[in-house]
Amino acid sequence: MTELARQTLTANGLLAAFVVVGGAMLVSSWVSRWCTRGRVHPSAIAILLGLAAAAVAGGPRGVADLPLLSGVGVLGGAMLRDLAIVATAFGVRPQEFARSGAVGVVSLLTGLCVAFLMGGMTAWACGYRDAVSITTIGAGAATYIVGPVTGTALGASSEVVALSIAAGLVKAIAVMVVTPFAAPVIGLRTPRSAMIFGGMLGTTSGVMAGLAATDQTLVPYGAMTATFYTGLGCLLGPSVFFMIARGLL
Amino acid sequence: MTIHGTALLSLCLLAGLTAGRLLGASLGIDADIGGVGIAMLLLIGGCQLLERHGLLPPPVGHGVTYWGQMYVPIVVAMAASQNVRGAVAGGWMAVAAGLVATAAAFVLVGVLVRWASGPEPS
Repeated sequence: MTELARQTLTANGLLAAFVVVGGAMLVSSWVSRWCTRGRVHPSAIAILLGLAAAAVAGGPRGVADLPLLSGVGVLGGAMLRDLAIVATAFGVRPQEFARSGAVGVVSLLTGLCVAFLMGGMTAWACGYRDAVSITTIGAGAATYIVGPVTGTALGASSEVVALSIAAGLVKAIAVMVVTPFAAPVIGLRTPRSAMIFGGMLGTTSGVMAGLAATDQTLVPYGAMTATFYTGLGCLLGPSVFFMIARGLL
Repeated sequence: MTIHGTALLSLCLLAGLTAGRLLGASLGIDADIGGVGIAMLLLIGGCQLLERHGLLPPPVGHGVTYWGQMYVPIVVAMAASQNVRGAVAGGWMAVAAGLVATAAAFVLVGVLVRWASGPEPS
């Protein structure tokens, strides 16, 4: 009986992954609602759960090294991940974004430069000296998507990719928690300021949850610029920023 | 048909990844340069073109949006299949990188908001 169930799960790995990840999302939404009063977005808790599970499993491919959960590696592999990221661009209208004027573009470019600079400098301060690792960790300080996409493109080690995800996750959670308190200080009140905020911070889940906890009506404005951030970061990370890092080292 | 949307999405990603690799090869790097970003631009452009010609009925859109809605679960699966034990050794560095980048960005939001609301108040 147990053997039969085990065989079924192993033979249908992707389905098992859907069930396990779906369950993790459900638990996360409960934790978000009951333990943080909705202040920390469920997605951040779910990602934290994922990282914790990978740490407990302990292998170089996290829980995907367990035969029963090998499907998680397929679901979270580069192919489906890239497909899902590209799909989030659906419905984005460049014209609407252009209407917000130069300030949106300025905030996007400044935000990406600052993230790469700060993340890269932290990596340098911690003893990393190769352009691939420094760029990947800098990309992680942009978002937890830009990090692994950049790392995969440049051939960074799995440890560095995991570090970049962790850095992006810390940023997303920090944005969620800090935004409602920082909003009055930084002047986060108008749609335009929300667009600047989204372009500068870029982490979609962090920006959306942070704005939702500040003022619900600002969410779409912040999300609009934030959706450009990850795409632009994926474009600039392994190209411009990598070449700058390589040139400096 | 729903599959048309998923086919369009996959085509954009394949084209983007190929373009990214070509861009990499032309710069002498054996890596994909901005393939996902190029794919996003292709999808935005492609959808606008189709919409203008009335070739983007809701079922086609569903074939794309389903994958967009799977974004967070896929990221969770990705996080769960990383070498976290390896990262834990330098874990405080990840915390530092994330916090430093967030703090700097918050300060600059304040500066930009003030600058933007100066000449043209919103």
